[in-house]
Amino acid sequence: MIEPKDPLAAAESAYARWLDWGTRIGLILLIASFSAYAFEIVAPHVPLQELSRSWTLPVDEYRVAVGAPAGWGWLELAARGDYLNYFGIVFLALVTALCYLRVLPLLFAGRERIYAVLAMLEIVVLAVAIVGLAGGAH
Amino acid sequence: MRFLAFVFALALAEPAFAAEATALPWWIWPAMLFAASFAIGIVGVLAGVGGGVLFVPIVGGFFPFHLDFVRAAGLLLALCGALSAGPRLLRSGLASLRLAMPLALAGSITSIAGALIGLALPTHIAQTALGATILAIAVLMLRAGRSEFPQVLAPDRVGAAFGLGGVFHDPASRRDFEWRTHRTVPGIFVFAGIGLLAGMFGLGAGWANVPALNLLMGVPLKLAVGTSGLILSVVDTSAAWVYIHHGAVLPVLVAPSIAGVMLGAKVGARLLRIAPARTVRKTVIALLFLAGVRALLKGLGIWN
Repeated sequence: MIEPKDPLAAAESAYARWLDWGTRIGLILLIASFSAYAFEIVAPHVPLQELSRSWTLPVDEYRVAVGAPAGWGWLELAARGDYLNYFGIVFLALVTALCYLRVLPLLFAGRERIYAVLAMLEIVVLAVAIVGLAGGAH
Repeated sequence: MRFLAFVFALALAEPAFAAEATALPWWIWPAMLFAASFAIGIVGVLAGVGGGVLFVPIVGGFFPFHLDFVRAAGLLLALCGALSAGPRLLRSGLASLRLAMPLALAGSITSIAGALIGLALPTHIAQTALGATILAIAVLMLRAGRSEFPQVLAPDRVGAAFGLGGVFHDPASRRDFEWRTHRTVPGIFVFAGIGLLAGMFGLGAGWANVPALNLLMGVPLKLAVGTSGLILSVVDTSAAWVYIHHGAVLPVLVAPSIAGVMLGAKVGARLLRIAPARTVRKTVIALLFLAGVRALLKGLGIWN
């Protein structure tokens, strides 16, 4: 028997819309900030010519070698060309969580309780990762 | 084949390149990375594997960047590809949010664990394990079949509780197919395992998601391919945050790779109609074998 339209259709549509705009904004931010970095319009924290001496190191040694921050510490260096790129990267990594936040009320409204619980659990998992509670380096 | 020859030449030249890395102008590396990522983007689409699974072993094996940075870049480029394709797939009915959500939750939890394990492992062990995993993926690609519309006679209880089923409209045949899943619990465990590997090695997981959805759970092939991208976007997001918080994201590596793979994927999509699919798939499997052997030998200290 062919079933009628999936009750999750409204959530899917909203998810697609937010995903579309979120990805566009993230990629534009990344391209703009990388251009400013690569053409040295904004001075980087680690000079580009010196970077090749340290990118062969494991990340923990790299951070010590160049004085790079961990966690959300990059915000303090956000005016530097290399860390300016983090706005685009972080935005792209936030898009999925924003989409889940958008569809959560729609799932409750559509009485999709199991999926509303799944969405809440996913938001918790993503929030733990985003905040850095899941073992970010300090 | 030209790409295979390019990678092999890069393999032979890489130790000398690495030694001279600091003497070269900095922009040489992002430029080469862009070229390699562009080619990866083309063949990834033509072979239906996405870019991440090719990017990490090839760039990790043949470029001077440490594996920690390569894995982070691999995750982010797979993430960007999946995010970009997601809206079109959802709107066209080729991806199902209903199917993706439970599986993505399992995968996203384990991908965080995988990323933490991957960053804690000594480099040579991570490199060796990556090589073994890539060789296993190549064997899987060589042997795995696929089924356009698998027969699922009855849904299992968990699948039924989640309502994992519906109607899939196939644009090619313009027909509607009713689908439902079976083996849902094993499927959730398999996606947990895939998430672990994705986080640990920074691999996109289309190579495993599609057979798991299609052959194990009985999802129609096209819906499996589309939903795989949606699951990947959630799973890779979780793991990406671990790498971001560790400071493993190098913009000079990430931005050219993302740009290269995404432009390459667009060219690859245009070439899909004329490219000989079998030859491309064989080339990708050969590439995976080469990159897997390289990673394995590099990890074991035999070919540095």
